[in-house]
Amino acid sequence: MDNLLSLMTFFPLLGMLVLLFLPRENDGLLKGLTLVVTLITFFISLPLAFDDVFKTSAGFHYTEFARWINIGDYFQMNYNVGIDGISLWLVLLTTFIMPIAVLSTWHAVEKNVKGFMALLLLLETGMLGAFISLDLFLFYIFWELMLIPMYFLIGIWGGKNRIYAAVKFFIYTAVGSLLMLVAIIFVYYHAVQSGMDINGFSIAEFYRLSIDPALQKWLFLAFAFSFAIKVPMFPLHTWLPDAHTEAPTAGSVILAAILLKMGTYGYVRFAMPLFPDALQLFMPYLASLAVIGIIYGALVAMMQDDVKKLVAYSSVSHLGFVMLGIFALNMQGMAGGMIQMINHGISTGALFLIVGFIYERRHTRQISEFGGLAKQMPIFATIFMIITFSSIGLPGTNGFVGEFLTLMGAFESELRWFAVLATSGVIFAAVYMLWMFQRVMFGELKNPANQNLKDLSGREILLMLPLLVFVFWIGVYPNTFFEKMNPALENLLQQVKGKQQQVAMVEQVDPHRLDLK
Amino acid sequence: MENLVQIAMQNINLPAIMPSLVLTCFGMALLLVNVFTPRGKTTHVAWISMVALVIAAVVSVNGWNNPQFGFAGHVALDNFATFFNITFLIAAGLTILMSDDYLKREGYPVGEYYPIILFTTAGAMWMASGTDLMTIFLGLEVLSISLYILAGFFRGQTRSNEAGLKYFLLGAFSTGFLLYGIALIYGVAGTTNVADIGMYLTSHPAILGNPMTIAGMLLLSTGFLFKIGAAPFHMWTPDVYQGAPTPVTAFMSAGPKAAAFAAFMRVFTLGLGGLQHEWTSLLWVLAVLTMTVGNIIAIYQTNIKRMLAYSSISHAGYALVGMVAANEIGFSGILFYMLAYTFMNLGAFAVLVLAGKKGEENLTLEGFAGFGFKRPFLGVAMAIFLFSLMGIPPTAGFAGKFFIFAGAVKAGYIWLAVLGVLNSAVSLYYYLRVMVYMYFKEPAEDYGWVTMNVSVVVSIVVALAGIFYLGIVPGAVMEMAKQAIF
Repeated sequence: MDNLLSLMTFFPLLGMLVLLFLPRENDGLLKGLTLVVTLITFFISLPLAFDDVFKTSAGFHYTEFARWINIGDYFQMNYNVGIDGISLWLVLLTTFIMPIAVLSTWHAVEKNVKGFMALLLLLETGMLGAFISLDLFLFYIFWELMLIPMYFLIGIWGGKNRIYAAVKFFIYTAVGSLLMLVAIIFVYYHAVQSGMDINGFSIAEFYRLSIDPALQKWLFLAFAFSFAIKVPMFPLHTWLPDAHTEAPTAGSVILAAILLKMGTYGYVRFAMPLFPDALQLFMPYLASLAVIGIIYGALVAMMQDDVKKLVAYSSVSHLGFVMLGIFALNMQGMAGGMIQMINHGISTGALFLIVGFIYERRHTRQISEFGGLAKQMPIFATIFMIITFSSIGLPGTNGFVGEFLTLMGAFESELRWFAVLATSGVIFAAVYMLWMFQRVMFGELKNPANQNLKDLSGREILLMLPLLVFVFWIGVYPNTFFEKMNPALENLLQQVKGKQQQVAMVEQVDPHRLDLK
Repeated sequence: MENLVQIAMQNINLPAIMPSLVLTCFGMALLLVNVFTPRGKTTHVAWISMVALVIAAVVSVNGWNNPQFGFAGHVALDNFATFFNITFLIAAGLTILMSDDYLKREGYPVGEYYPIILFTTAGAMWMASGTDLMTIFLGLEVLSISLYILAGFFRGQTRSNEAGLKYFLLGAFSTGFLLYGIALIYGVAGTTNVADIGMYLTSHPAILGNPMTIAGMLLLSTGFLFKIGAAPFHMWTPDVYQGAPTPVTAFMSAGPKAAAFAAFMRVFTLGLGGLQHEWTSLLWVLAVLTMTVGNIIAIYQTNIKRMLAYSSISHAGYALVGMVAANEIGFSGILFYMLAYTFMNLGAFAVLVLAGKKGEENLTLEGFAGFGFKRPFLGVAMAIFLFSLMGIPPTAGFAGKFFIFAGAVKAGYIWLAVLGVLNSAVSLYYYLRVMVYMYFKEPAEDYGWVTMNVSVVVSIVVALAGIFYLGIVPGAVMEMAKQAIF
């Protein structure tokens, strides 16, 4: 199909428009329609997963191109979309998580269901659009578009402190992206002035640009700042615990599973290949921040008495691994970082769902309120345990593959000592996750309020099952995923390293750098 | 004698002033109509003025790519003027749509209101199409005097009186500056024709350094910057905007501001292009100051009308960034931004018109608690207007800001663009706060007094359509803004 990506991206928007004309009282219909729309979107995107073209070819596929704004020598923007092995799995993760998120709200959202569902669908369009954009301007539009629904999701359906969290989320993310906007415009006119026959804000053409390293420094900072807020990297992470804790379950799931990936994806797609020299310059600082994030996130998570906050801080730690793997700039690290993005989406998404389950039952998330739930809720206990293991990175689960590869990649690169430090994060993760699991699930069932807790319902099991399948699939046979992202990643590495080496030829050769095949 | 008349008539070329002529004639006729209608009946006057605006728009479009010059080079209906004329007409049209019901609610159903709006629009048109400093001055006076009346239109309200008087005193003062500037420039160049001034200054470069030229330039810019509402000449805006009737405030923040920008651009590029280095450095500072002052004070406002007044100062600052860039992209960016701002700001004010009770004491942040749930359509509309004012895609506000900042970046003013976007970031806070009250707070009232008056709703829908059209497919209008530059 020629317009598969557009159809996939705008189908939720279409669903939203239909939804707006439905009666606001009929909650079942509204939820049902949203679920159907997200499921159809998933099925539209499914053929991408089975396409073997990504195994052999690194380029962009399913591309679509249309002139959008063309003001001659002023500027041009195009509707330019396509995917490669890097965005492929993130797109599929998005379409895969959305129906689960919708299903998780079945009983959780009672107030103004229509608005909630409409915003979810708008959000899906924004996220998919950002992943498939090959034009920086288009990317920026979708990137900002995502903010609006998330802002309202947190602010209207969030917890007690929701207003603070929503405004903080919006302002943090918007400030970063505004600076990026100036950098985007600058890159465009730089390309024009360097005499390049440029066609819109196409990133494929920006990749070919060689920018003076002194200039790259500033541009990279603008991009990196914006993405670092989104990832989030220490010390720009402070919006995340607030937003996660206050957001409704579906919001937290989407925020953790997909929105945070926008930041890491931004690095991989834009900041690194566009400004490779600046990347090299800032590498030690970025890697330090990633490692600080890993350890700091883990330590703070350990001290939390609120389950949701604990999971939120664990995200800071996990995303640190992703960043470290990507900055390693070798195949192991890159592939590890990419797979760790998917893993984090699945595991942390699942953890937020689990927190949602117990919150719906008890309306509290304090660890001290629980204890001994394993006896009362055996199915829940099993699922929770599997997800906990996946989050810790136990061999056989997805987390292991990702963390192992990122650390190995980092160890084999110039970031060796960072990798050594980061390894402690794995141990800390085991501590905070298992400790929390022990306090919630094991021991005596002392609290009388927990005596009558019901085990998971059929719907709740149903929405966890697909996540469990992928926990083991990626854990046991990750090659399904790697074989399709490898060509694109190799291409990207050549892109980054090739440009760096042009400069590095003159500079001293770094003995630690490993050659790639 | 006959010969002289013939020559004079040849020079007049009525098509050049046809749009404003239509408005003036209709205005005069409507003043007469008002004499013969019973007090309190104004709806038909409003509709006739709408007809006048439509006819003026049709005649104005006639000048597109078909420039008309008249009155011996005193006025021109070129693409530039046409683009601005359409902006003024849209502003006036939206204002009239939201006025009728409002005037009746506030107890001033006075028919003269509409002709005065038409005169204001005509004045704005003369400013945009004036190619001679005297024409621009005439336009400015017609515009200003009508606005003084409109600002103080609610005779019985102290705040409205204060607005009118304050605007009048300060406005008269600033006009004095402008006139003095014109005199000095005339003294230097020996002409008041903008193009001739430009030619004279180019052929006599030595005179550019003359203190009299510089002083003339500074005084002229003072006059224009006052009308634009740029810092440090912004002091009048908050009180006037808050005190004036809401539709008038809406109109003032868009139409006259655009007119001042039009005259500013024409005089400074065609006439004082030789001094570009001087005035860009001056405007660089003022643009930053204007954006910052407007945004920072807006944060502290609890009255939404006043908040929008301060925010309109900062929007003038964004537009000034385009002046500083002083390249084609920057200038056409201003044209586009003024049109975009007309839609978003008038839309926001139209929501305020509906949301207000008599006396409008409830237009505070608290007064909007839970508004979005009780009035879903108005809530969503207001949210979209605010997102557009913030500059979030895919709205007109984003396209406009992008346009202007692109001009600044291309001209090399990276830091100015950075300061501009940081200012946008500051503005997020106070715009978001309105939404916090509308959606995140529990409703304290049921907003039963809000009636969905058809013509106001039409103006909101038109504004929404404009915002999305300029935001999603801005190409056509951007192309026009490009062609409208001299």
